[in-house]
Amino acid sequence: MFVRWSAAIAAAILLSSPALLQGARAADKPTDPQIAHIAYTAGVIDINAAKQAQKKARNKDVKAFAEDMLRDHEAVNKQALALVKKLNVTPEDNDTSKALSKQASDKLAELDKLDGAAFDKAYVANEVAYHKAVNGALETQLIPSAGNAELKSLLQTGLKIFQGHQQHAEHVAAELK
Amino acid sequence: MPGRLSAIASAVLLVAMAVPAHAATIEITMENLEMSPKDASAKVGDTIEWINKDVFAHTATAGNGDFDVNLPAKKSGTLVLKKAGTVDYYCRYHPNMKATLKIEP
Repeated sequence: MFVRWSAAIAAAILLSSPALLQGARAADKPTDPQIAHIAYTAGVIDINAAKQAQKKARNKDVKAFAEDMLRDHEAVNKQALALVKKLNVTPEDNDTSKALSKQASDKLAELDKLDGAAFDKAYVANEVAYHKAVNGALETQLIPSAGNAELKSLLQTGLKIFQGHQQHAEHVAAELK
Repeated sequence: MPGRLSAIASAVLLVAMAVPAHAATIEITMENLEMSPKDASAKVGDTIEWINKDVFAHTATAGNGDFDVNLPAKKSGTLVLKKAGTVDYYCRYHPNMKATLKIEP
């Protein structure tokens, strides 16, 4: 069951198609340790993307955006680590986290081949798509599945932050055109 | 009784007219990516103090370009109001954070 859910959520995040998530059944709900792992992994992915952008981006708004992503995602993940410690929960690796990491490393490699304005555009476009997908997964799967109230609340704050990032990325993308 | 009451009322009124209104400080909190109050009113000369209770940096940025106050995580920032008008402002880092400031002359 979990494998099927994982495949569905990974596909949804990767393809930016939250509709797929709605097919997941209640019995396939991820556990809190798995949710914590997925959320943390999603943060690490955007931190790594931001670090790459800090080295490669040319446009000053894109550089500033990458800096904002680094600062916010590090802050969220710091809170997540403090929470799992407090709750005595060990984040549990799972197929969704693995699929996300694999897809992210492919994206890093793809963006690494680009330079200058082409890199800037591709990085920001991916940030829009990535935040959109993560927000969809948070809204339709991760938040409703979270059992612990504090974990749920942290995910809800995360959703607000990432919705802000998505809008910010959309503004930057519009400026680049 | 009514006589005394109206005497007090006139005295209060006189004092109110004689002493110029003191500039106030209006506090607006930013917590969990929400401004509170979302609609604040103030007068020219008043100070707005934004208190950022989040672990994330925010800004109070006027849509019309009148002000742009940086609010690092867990810090506050102030602004003395110079111009009347209704200003919509937002956070540059999280543009979904929006609020309005009504500034009376």
